[in-house]
Amino acid sequence: MSAPIVITHVSLYGDTPSDIVIVDGTISSLTAADAPAEARTIDGTGLVALPGLVDLHTHLREPGREDAETIETGSRSAARGGFTAVHAMANTTPTADTAGVVELVASRGREVGLVDVYPVGAVTVGLNGTQLSEMGAMANSRAQVRVFSDDGKCVHDPLLMRRALEYVKTFDGVIAQHAQEPRLTEGSQMHEGLVSAELGLAGWPAVAEESIIARDVLLAEHVGSRVHICHLSTAGSVDIVRWAKARGIQVTAEAMPHHLLLTDESARGYDPRFKVNPPLRTQEDVDALRAGLEDGTIDIVATDHAPHPDEDKDCEWGAAAFGMIGLETALGIVQKTMVDTGRLTWRDVARILSETPASIGRDEAHGRPLAVGEPANITLVDPAAAWTVDPAGTDSRSNNSPFGGIELPGRAVATFLRGTPTYIDDRFTALTEGAPA
Amino acid sequence: MKHLLGTQNLSREDAVLILDTAGQMAATQEREIRKLPTLRGRTVVNLFFEDSTRTRISFEAAAKRLSADVINFSAKGSSLSKGESLKDTALTLQAMGADAVVVRHWASGAAQRLAESGWLHGSVSVLNAGDGTHQHPTQALLDAFTMRRHLMATNLGDSVDGKGLDGLTVAIVGDVLHSRVAGSNIALLRTLGAKVVVVAPPTLLPYGLERDGGVSVHFTLDDALEAHDLDAIMMLRVQRERMTGGGSGFFPSPEEYTRLFGLDRARMDRMPGHAIILHPGPMNRGLEISAEAADSPRSVIVEQVSNGVAVRMAALYLLLSGEEASA
Repeated sequence: MSAPIVITHVSLYGDTPSDIVIVDGTISSLTAADAPAEARTIDGTGLVALPGLVDLHTHLREPGREDAETIETGSRSAARGGFTAVHAMANTTPTADTAGVVELVASRGREVGLVDVYPVGAVTVGLNGTQLSEMGAMANSRAQVRVFSDDGKCVHDPLLMRRALEYVKTFDGVIAQHAQEPRLTEGSQMHEGLVSAELGLAGWPAVAEESIIARDVLLAEHVGSRVHICHLSTAGSVDIVRWAKARGIQVTAEAMPHHLLLTDESARGYDPRFKVNPPLRTQEDVDALRAGLEDGTIDIVATDHAPHPDEDKDCEWGAAAFGMIGLETALGIVQKTMVDTGRLTWRDVARILSETPASIGRDEAHGRPLAVGEPANITLVDPAAAWTVDPAGTDSRSNNSPFGGIELPGRAVATFLRGTPTYIDDRFTALTEGAPA
Repeated sequence: MKHLLGTQNLSREDAVLILDTAGQMAATQEREIRKLPTLRGRTVVNLFFEDSTRTRISFEAAAKRLSADVINFSAKGSSLSKGESLKDTALTLQAMGADAVVVRHWASGAAQRLAESGWLHGSVSVLNAGDGTHQHPTQALLDAFTMRRHLMATNLGDSVDGKGLDGLTVAIVGDVLHSRVAGSNIALLRTLGAKVVVVAPPTLLPYGLERDGGVSVHFTLDDALEAHDLDAIMMLRVQRERMTGGGSGFFPSPEEYTRLFGLDRARMDRMPGHAIILHPGPMNRGLEISAEAADSPRSVIVEQVSNGVAVRMAALYLLLSGEEASA
């Protein structure tokens, strides 16, 4: 069990000066005077305390592509980025479509002990889009899977999607849809627009995302299920989700940091670090995503952290893999694009990066209030620690970040998982207790 | 000029310099001994990741007539077909002492990537010989050279040095969406002062071109002939297999394409008497162009091929001799 800690002069949610005393992995008091004499003191002056961040959309690549990332390296990167929990997507080799694979991922996450690793289960066997996987077995396994996704591929068959939405009601699960109409995006390389036309790269039109989202919110309404939209990227998608919510449909949506900051103009140098799926869109889409996040249409920010080895990125655009890493830069980008612009408060950041993702994923021990008696899953943010992103300096196994050279205004300086400082002072400490609650 | 990657960023001065230099190169090709000593001792590598015998032999002829050593490196029968990456190929060429790399690649942007990724160090020049559906600058330059020679001189053979294509109206007909030839031509024609008319089914137009004020777009060839007095018409090759296969056809049938977009005698006769016909080859006779049109006195299609050698000589010469346009 973790040693006692007292964090002094910190600002809870950026608006409430307080101390935090942690004993036995729990917040025992908000007054420093209550700390045990042997408690380690951390000076929280100038820091913002948030509930530990939760990423609903991470690719840890293990099992299968340990050359790109492992559960250990991905966990380190997550802890350094301020995360206490990540949801590991199912597109591994083998696919996370059985109880055996999801239990393997969860148990490896516990061994590493830096973040709680919640495996996402595949909706269909092998992500092949034709047969439902045994979601019940995964839900009832020790991994307790609640989020199911074929991410990387769209569950495009409407009947199969309907069945999946209905089926997961059995165990209060949710389908997280990768919204990409496959026929409309055959061979696509980047956002379809003026830049793709100029660069001669096959387009990925916004309508290919929007048409699937429109279909799926209507299906969710029809069968009375909840549906989660992964990596929403277009202005039209924001409009559709806004409409669906107004109608009372149980839809949640996530935006990615890169879609809040970068546009398709980045593709002009054909540098595959900017190749991602869904692709970087236009400034109009970026603005709509920020507005959607501000007004609550978009519920959360997730990373879509997608590591790839150099050989899959140091090549011609058409041959390169889709995806970019993002665990360590997500918080800084949210601050840059949403907090420093006055669109969101730190209390809102707690909601979009911790409370709501934990709620969507049914992660009971995460996204909890910073209050006495709650598990000490805490992220300390220094909003004044401006830094320049250096992809080579990441703790991820891969360095395919598109943000190299960009200055971010702040970063996570300490992360506590049930009281253990998993990341502080550039050092990692593993939690050694049992299973995540 | 260090590299020739596309026409969008080519200044008018540089474009005219290439065309003027090509004129001098063409003149040397009338002589009994056509070989020039200019690039003796320099090595030009033709790096072809896609089959293109015509373009490759044109570049090969150009380099050899400038006395350069030529190495042909093509996808078949080499490491390229064994999955060697563009990066490793670049490192190999660097190590072999290439001075210029002429690259044809299936991926849009491959030439730019080769030039700018840092894989090639030092002074290797990259010439884009066609990258995916992006650019094919020497094709556009040879087309411009051909049009300038025919349409900008009072009498054929008069000097056209220093001139652009100001005041001309040029139609480009066919699969503009996938055509790197069209991509390069549209940009270069505008740089040189010509008015560009694009004729294609809406399914084969690049995103946003209709709303681009600088280009006049028509959905049938008859509409374009009605609306414009063309000085030149450029017929693009239709790739049959791509066009109508597998339910993803861009038009219903080759017959319908020919009906709406094919250049036949009747349509040819509606053009002004001086108008010329271009085609980048290879042609589908009877599909995008009838034999009557292809073989008519207006056709400059065979001349395009010989002009291609002169233009590529000029490009190699300018890149490797380091001569700059006075900007």
